[in-house]
Amino acid sequence: MELLVAIAIGAMTAAGIYLMLRLRTFAVVLGLSMLSYAVNVFIFASGRLLSGAPPILGAAEVMTDPLPQALVLTAIVISFGMTALVVILALGAYLNAGTDAIDIEKPGEQPETGR
Amino acid sequence: MSLALIAALPFLGALFPGLMIRAGRNACAGVTLTATGLALLGLLMHAPAVMRGEVITDGYQWLPDLGLNVTFMLDGLGFLFALMILGIGALIILYARFYLAKSDPMGVFYTYLLLFQGAMVGIVLSDNVLLLLIFWELTSLSSFLLIGYWKHLPEGRQGARMALAVTGLGGLAMIGGMLILGNIAGSYDLSVILTQGEAIRAHDLYVPALVLILLGAFTKSAQFPFHFWLPHAMAAPTPVSAYLHSATMVKAGLFLMARLWPVLSGTPEWFWLVAGAGLITMVLGAVIALFKDDLKALLAFSTVSHLGLITLLLGLGTEYAATAAVFHIINHATFKAALFMTAGIVDHGVHTRNIRLLGGLRRLMPVTFAIGTIAALSMAGIPLLNGFLSKEMMLEAVWGTGPWFAALATLGALFSVAYSLRFVAHVFLGPERHDYPHHPHDPGLGLWVAPGILVVLVVAIGLFPQALVGHFVEVVAGAVTRGHPHVHLAIWHGVTPALMLSVVAVAGGLLLLAAQRRLAPVWDAAPRPEAKAIFDALIEAAARAARGLTDTLHDGAVSRYLAIFTLALAGAGFWAWSGGAFSTGARAMLPVGPMELTFFTLLMVATSALVLVHRRRFLSLLIISICGLVVSLTFVQYSAPDLALTQLTVEVVTVILLLLALNYLPKETPIESSPARRGRDGAIALATGAGIGALAYAILTRDLSLPTIADYHVQNSYTGGGGANVVNVILVDFRGFDTMGEITVLGIAALVIFAVIEVILNGPASRRLANWQPDMGQSFDRHPLMMVVATRIALPLALLVGVFIYLRGHNVPGGGFIAGLVVSIALLMQYMASGFAWSEARQRFDYHAVIASGVLFAVLTGTASLVLGWNFLTSTGTYLHITGLEDIHLVSAAVFDLGVMLTVIGAVMLALASLSRIGQRAGEGINLTPMDVDPQAELPEGR
Repeated sequence: MELLVAIAIGAMTAAGIYLMLRLRTFAVVLGLSMLSYAVNVFIFASGRLLSGAPPILGAAEVMTDPLPQALVLTAIVISFGMTALVVILALGAYLNAGTDAIDIEKPGEQPETGR
Repeated sequence: MSLALIAALPFLGALFPGLMIRAGRNACAGVTLTATGLALLGLLMHAPAVMRGEVITDGYQWLPDLGLNVTFMLDGLGFLFALMILGIGALIILYARFYLAKSDPMGVFYTYLLLFQGAMVGIVLSDNVLLLLIFWELTSLSSFLLIGYWKHLPEGRQGARMALAVTGLGGLAMIGGMLILGNIAGSYDLSVILTQGEAIRAHDLYVPALVLILLGAFTKSAQFPFHFWLPHAMAAPTPVSAYLHSATMVKAGLFLMARLWPVLSGTPEWFWLVAGAGLITMVLGAVIALFKDDLKALLAFSTVSHLGLITLLLGLGTEYAATAAVFHIINHATFKAALFMTAGIVDHGVHTRNIRLLGGLRRLMPVTFAIGTIAALSMAGIPLLNGFLSKEMMLEAVWGTGPWFAALATLGALFSVAYSLRFVAHVFLGPERHDYPHHPHDPGLGLWVAPGILVVLVVAIGLFPQALVGHFVEVVAGAVTRGHPHVHLAIWHGVTPALMLSVVAVAGGLLLLAAQRRLAPVWDAAPRPEAKAIFDALIEAAARAARGLTDTLHDGAVSRYLAIFTLALAGAGFWAWSGGAFSTGARAMLPVGPMELTFFTLLMVATSALVLVHRRRFLSLLIISICGLVVSLTFVQYSAPDLALTQLTVEVVTVILLLLALNYLPKETPIESSPARRGRDGAIALATGAGIGALAYAILTRDLSLPTIADYHVQNSYTGGGGANVVNVILVDFRGFDTMGEITVLGIAALVIFAVIEVILNGPASRRLANWQPDMGQSFDRHPLMMVVATRIALPLALLVGVFIYLRGHNVPGGGFIAGLVVSIALLMQYMASGFAWSEARQRFDYHAVIASGVLFAVLTGTASLVLGWNFLTSTGTYLHITGLEDIHLVSAAVFDLGVMLTVIGAVMLALASLSRIGQRAGEGINLTPMDVDPQAELPEGR
């Protein structure tokens, strides 16, 4: 099973990076989300995989490592915050510039943003 | 008084002028004077010990491993400089009270002045050279504020910038030099370094250290070729000029050279660098000063010249010359401060500082005339005044060095006589004029008492040098040279070569003054390099180069940056890996059941499909949520119920958010990249993915190589944290501080989203939104009856579930994060069902306030434990028995978790509510009824 989890992490990373290298903001946002999944599972898995051993006192004989879980829990919430922020920035850029391309053609020619 | 307190008093005092200015200008000046006066008093309490030749040390260890300690040392040299800084500082404070106009913010001025004063006192009292360097940089910064005090004047701003650039660069060089010095000596304490002179001079790195330190000292003391910043700093108010350029800032460089004199001097390199630069500066400054028409510019270049004189004396490297340098430091401080103040009084009275517009003021401003004349004559080196004595000593010291030195020094003295007398002759003497810009008059006592006191000192030291300062100079010179010089200051030494040179200088100076008016046009017409133009061109070139580099590297192609970043990361990973062989571990694997295989396949298909169809945006959103779902199922399967709940709820809000945003984004992504580019990106992605996957596999097949620190958390979870759910206890207790930071970040992210939306709605995008044409079919059934009813029923239930998850979180899966997300989803359902306006009108809480109260709850919980004397965020708890219910565990951490929950609710709702405002601007209909058809509405008549 560990092999499958490792392959899944690798696949999600690859997909995330490929999408992140696209030229439009929405693909980049999707790519970042995929990367977040991959990274979260990676950190979670670094506590090793154990079945039926929740980190709750008295729930089972053995207990999995609770620390990576605590780290990942906040990471999930923070990645939501990040995704939300990036998506709003993308939206703002699109509404201001009229395009959602992430590359600026020439420096100094980007349309004025904000007020 | 402890030395640390003396150095700290001006800094502490700097807090008050800004407050006291509301009580009036006198109170403001009074409190400033009190701070300086107290420090001066503390210093004078040490006077008897210092005069006995004792060295007072004080301070404490700060970072002893780095050699950085807050240690102070007071000997004769430090005492002299501290006395000048505080004593003249007090006079300047008094003078500035009457000098500054009503429109000048006085509180700001005194604050800057005290900051500068504290930094200066710190320099001269520091024992540790690293501490000294900190104060050194502080003087550069605070003098920048002082010089640029008149922010409305471009000259002020430019002069301040130039002073900061030059002295700041020198300071950086000096840091290098000091570090070398400390390394050679094996300690950063001056008291140790000063005993290591022989070893330092013999060391290979002596010359680099010397050059770097001299760069610092020369830039600060305006020595050639760094003299150019000082005249431009004259754009400052006159009290600042008088303070910085007579007693303090520019003397810091001299102080440093004098301080390190026992260590660095005595070599040919020292002699030629220091004496050479000093001599050139002295002559050059004197010549330029003679032809300046601005009173302050004349004084500025005369300061440059006199600083050169003192540098020259320090460079000669003999005990006698060092003694002369010490004596001239005292004398220069007295007469130069008085002269600057005189120039300020003239400016104040006549409204001009241009010498060509002045003259004949002796009857109109008799007091100013008396003060200015005595000080100027002292600067010229006329007998019976203190300037004469030290100038004689200088000529005496130079006479022994060689004819060229003596000749050039005499030339400098000659010009010095000329410009000093010009100050008197062209301002006060001559016929009275009728075209003064303002009718001249003597100022009130407040303005002239400070220079008056200094002039009394000039005369007194000039008449009774040995009795007044003889012993003092001996102590200070002893501190400089670390020897026991015998000092005898006298007016008459007999007919010596120095006296003859003096006579030549005075006679020549008089002749030169007589010819000045005729020579000036020649001088003005002569070509010479303009330092400011060169400096500006250098700065401009540096800025252009920096901009060019930035533009090249940063050309706006974000996708390229990301590719480079990923490649660099993959490369670093590959490099780390190539050091060893890849092998898998021996840990027993978990079995693969049919369910696992099914979900794995689902994930792989979804991931591949996402890459293939990512151009169709709605579809890709659906597919990515499949990935999220499988991830949360993975958490379920491998013993992470909290993570599974969090992932699931976050997934819901993320998809809602992306859907809302997608409404206003293009629905399709065009094909833009070439096949080659796609191939390149695919290769990068696959290589990195393979690397990460292999790394994950290598980790997963091994057991932990070190015992996990989680054992501590598990063991203490119940006893220390009062909860059975270890993950939750870690979040709210063991690592509570992290969580506090995290919810703060989340809150900030939501506020930034709000701010960005504000900008969008007020910017050019607003017009685009106002003309928005929906590019998808719109439903006629926006708020369907079924959904409205269902969400209404679901709301109380969902809220109850949220509260339940929050309450149970400490012992079983749940907690603030998940509860917050569940409540958010329940509220979002109302928005979706009945629209933004209708829901907004019915909710009473401002989401900003919800975020703020959440963070506040968290912080207050932590602070409460501080108040009780425990560590920040220590939790405590008790059990509550209510018959018929489970035991409720009341822990203080639950309050913290409540803060987490509130912040999550506030952040999620603020983000999504902000997005809805875009929809309103885009002309979406605003609904005031809960659903499309109001079932309660009365049917119209006749139907």
